[in-house]
Amino acid sequence: MANLASNFIGIKSPNPFWLASAPPTDKAYNVVRAFKDGWGGVVWKTLGTDPPVVNVSGPRYGAIHSNDRRLIGLNNIELITDRPLEINLREIKEVKRDWPDRALVVSLMVPCEEQYWKDILAKVEETECDGVELNFGCPHGMSERGMGASVGQVPEYVEMVTRWCKQHSRMPVIVKLTPNISDIRQPARAAKRGGADAVSLINTISSIIGVDIDTFSPLPSIDGKGSHGGYCGPAVKPIALNMTAEIARDAETRGLPISGIGGVTTWRDAVEFMALGAGNVQVCTAAMTYGFRIVQEMITGLSEYMDSHGFTSVDEITGRAVGNVTDWQYLNLNYVAKAKIDQDLCIKCGRCHIACEDTSHQAITSMVDGIRHFEVIDAECVGCNLCVNVCPVQDCITMEEMVAGTDPRTGFPVTGEYANWTTHKNNPMAKPAVVAEPAE
Amino acid sequence: MATRAPDIAAGRLSPEQYAVNFSDIHPPLSRHEALVEADRCYFCYDAPCVKACPTTIDIPLFIRQILTDNPIGSAETILSQNILGGMCARVCPTETLCEEACVREAAEGKPVKIGLLQRYATDTLMDEVGEQPFERAAPTGKRVAVVGGGPAGLAAAHRLAMHGHDVVIYDARQKAGGLNEYGIAAYKAPDDFAQDEVEFVLSIGGITVEHGKALGRDVQLGDLRGAYDAVFLGMGLAGVNALALEDEALPGVADAVGYIADLRQAEDLGALPVGGRVVVIGGGMTAVDVAVQSKRLGAREVTMVYRRGAEKMGASLYEQELAATSGVVIRTHAKPLRLVVEDGRVVGIVFEETAEQDGRLVGTGATFELPADMVFKAIGQILVPAALNGSAETIGLDGGKIRVDAERRTTLSGVWAGGDCAATGEDLTVAAVADGRIAAESIHRALSAG
Ligand SMILES: Cc1cc2nc3c(=O)[nH]c(=O)nc-3n(C[C@H](O)[C@H](O)[C@H](O)COP(=O)(O)OP(=O)(O)OC[C@H]3O[C@@H](n4cnc5c(N)ncnc54)[C@H](O)[C@@H]3O)c2cc1C
Ligand SMILES: Cc1cc2nc3c(=O)[nH]c(=O)nc-3n(C[C@H](O)[C@H](O)[C@H](O)COP(=O)(O)O)c2cc1C
Ligand code: SF4
Ligand code: SF4
Ligand code: SF4
Repeated sequence: MANLASNFIGIKSPNPFWLASAPPTDKAYNVVRAFKDGWGGVVWKTLGTDPPVVNVSGPRYGAIHSNDRRLIGLNNIELITDRPLEINLREIKEVKRDWPDRALVVSLMVPCEEQYWKDILAKVEETECDGVELNFGCPHGMSERGMGASVGQVPEYVEMVTRWCKQHSRMPVIVKLTPNISDIRQPARAAKRGGADAVSLINTISSIIGVDIDTFSPLPSIDGKGSHGGYCGPAVKPIALNMTAEIARDAETRGLPISGIGGVTTWRDAVEFMALGAGNVQVCTAAMTYGFRIVQEMITGLSEYMDSHGFTSVDEITGRAVGNVTDWQYLNLNYVAKAKIDQDLCIKCGRCHIACEDTSHQAITSMVDGIRHFEVIDAECVGCNLCVNVCPVQDCITMEEMVAGTDPRTGFPVTGEYANWTTHKNNPMAKPAVVAEPAE
Repeated sequence: MATRAPDIAAGRLSPEQYAVNFSDIHPPLSRHEALVEADRCYFCYDAPCVKACPTTIDIPLFIRQILTDNPIGSAETILSQNILGGMCARVCPTETLCEEACVREAAEGKPVKIGLLQRYATDTLMDEVGEQPFERAAPTGKRVAVVGGGPAGLAAAHRLAMHGHDVVIYDARQKAGGLNEYGIAAYKAPDDFAQDEVEFVLSIGGITVEHGKALGRDVQLGDLRGAYDAVFLGMGLAGVNALALEDEALPGVADAVGYIADLRQAEDLGALPVGGRVVVIGGGMTAVDVAVQSKRLGAREVTMVYRRGAEKMGASLYEQELAATSGVVIRTHAKPLRLVVEDGRVVGIVFEETAEQDGRLVGTGATFELPADMVFKAIGQILVPAALNGSAETIGLDGGKIRVDAERRTTLSGVWAGGDCAATGEDLTVAAVADGRIAAESIHRALSAG
């Protein structure tokens, strides 16, 4: 069993798996259950000013399912905590006292005036929690009131509020970013300028999960009307991974600790976030789908992985893939791969053929000598990977790198030499000299 | 010498037990089960399952329609190729047809449950819409005679009516449906499904059924050819093969098909007598059906005896297993030698063991006797050519069945044939439906051209 202990901006937890600020962390009851099941830490459901907000009393979630009803995307129109501030603060204090080895961070969202932040920080500090997370991300409801994403979308506000929090508190400050913005580096840089100890991302993505095509109400439907909500779960992971990497490799924010959030469901997802620069991960939808016990799979999976790779600390994973994230223009255009079908595994469904035939490069047979047979025609295959993606059998089609010889499609020899778009003859802006990929 | 009184009795079981024994053998899928199962289909390109379906139903499409919660559209996809899709979903030996070819059979030995999905879609349409989804084209004024109202005849009649022709079906029996009504095992199509489906098919309009009218007895082929623009023969196989044994006509020996017809028509299964010890001779679907149904009627011992090895049986592996799990003993490599007669009735049967030498079946000389209260013959059905010859017409035969070309045209001009009576594919409901549809399209082309 590898040592999974995590130290994120000085906040210690027995493992890097935290529950994100959301319904699973709204009450002591839930949080204690989570800790009993092994979660390393929690970010308490976002606190606001009294009187507390009011939630709708009808459906507040909607989902995208695969056809066997596996939940792949969740959307919600829930607001921040709807319980009185005093009750939350009392419970936070008790839980932290009873579970000193677990991380307990408190999420906050109050109007954009310094006094509000000063007041609430003072109260939160008394709970002896480990830090605060500033919710600049909620895309629905709260944003209509000038909070949440409406702050996160304006880098100047992000910087200003972060600075207030650092001034009025000695606690570590994590700034939670909204993905509802075209360049995630802008608010990240602003948070850093404001003095943030870390950023966490992503919060949910603005979304309408569906429409009832009989009543024509958007979903979830409240008395025939719907409002856009926040999207999360496995479906948003690719977006969150990219944003994590963007911040990790940006010259201005490089080295700023990141708490990775968005679709983390298994230990593998966690390793991917960490490899792209996250110091730990936060989970919401997976817990809301399967319950808290999933953390046990995450713990054992991560431990097994670290042992097999010889990693002795989770920090050794953080950032390992960042150097391999580059711009398209620096990709090696001389790299050639061809799809290869393992005939022993092939069940002859023909999906690879029709995908390539109809929508790609006509590079897979369906019939050879009158017999149903699927095989890649190297002279046509551009190596796009579509067939690999549509094949229902695991590892049946693989992409094989050509290391020598001539590419039968282009007629060019495979030299193994690196060359990218910046020097390509078809590039009107090509630079004359060979430009190597810049060291990151 | 004391005679053994034959043990043949009705009411061997309680009414509840009969109900259990003859209820749906494959209960229908619930909506949830159907959606989960539909999700397993890969929507294959040039799908092998479609090629394995005699009626070439677009299986990936109809399953995808179920998946997108459009079971009515799905049923229309099915019925457009196979108007008896509801019955086929119940009776097709899918394990040797579409499901054997399914790529998930190759992948993990668990094919997509195509038959049950087909039933889900067609049942939904029949239950929720009630009427069949096709409309007749404008009347053509052409008239077609269809002989036999079984799967072949019904499929032909429906397609012809759809194209605007007027159809008269002549059937020797009192009910239409053919073996769907009189032959298929009771637990495959319970609750009078066969008649519901006949009604559903006929509801397109333009089809008249003349019940109790037999070709060769009440109507003659020559007259039909004169009176109609085209004739389709779909009268199935009305005769049964004989054992060619002495005393075969004595009480105690029965023909399986006739017995099953009685069973299918019985108002009260408890009133149907069955032997305590039953011996079935044959290795096909009919043999399994009569053996299993005898057992389910309460027979104590049922033995099926087949002259060759299990792998040669007409009954699929699945059906052999069904027989075995129903408590039927299957004995292979034995052929009937003679019947044991006492007091003018058959009380047992002597078999000779067989072996295959260079593909030929030979007796080994070793014999054994099975006592029997009832012996069922289930060694195949045959065409009764009298129906054809009686009209002084001659029609080309091929191995005892009517010879047809790819369009199901016989050697007589203006006469088409299909189903069991024609020398086409296997004797299956679905094959008969395919023949009927193919013939109808050919007739339609011929009538449109003329
Ligand atoms: C016991 C048994 C079980 C079977 N089980 C299955 C099964 O589970 N699955 C499967 O796919 N197949 C099964 N089959 C085979 C299937 O039933 C037949 O292949 C199918 O019914 C053939 O259809 P058809 O229209 O050609 O003939 P039939 O269904 O035999 O219909 C012929 C019709 O013609 C009528 N007729 C006969 N002679 C005349 C005449 N001279 N004049 C006018 N009308 C006449 C009959 O009354 C009947 O209505 C089974 C067959 C039997 C005997
Ligand atoms: C029902 C619901 C309520 C949420 N409430 C909050 C909140 O109060 N504060 C917050 O910072 N994020 C909130 N989130 C966002 C989550 O903390 C998290 O950022 C997001 O769900 C992405 O992670 P996931 O894919 O693991 O769910 C909420 C999410 C859900 C599903
Ligand atoms: S990699 Fe792309 S081009 Fe090559 S066979 Fe697969 S789908 Fe076709
Ligand atoms: S998609 Fe995969 S399993 Fe299907 S035919 Fe192609 S290689 Fe074979
Ligand atoms: S072969 Fe199986 S998986 Fe493929 S289309 Fe047919 S039912 Fe679907």
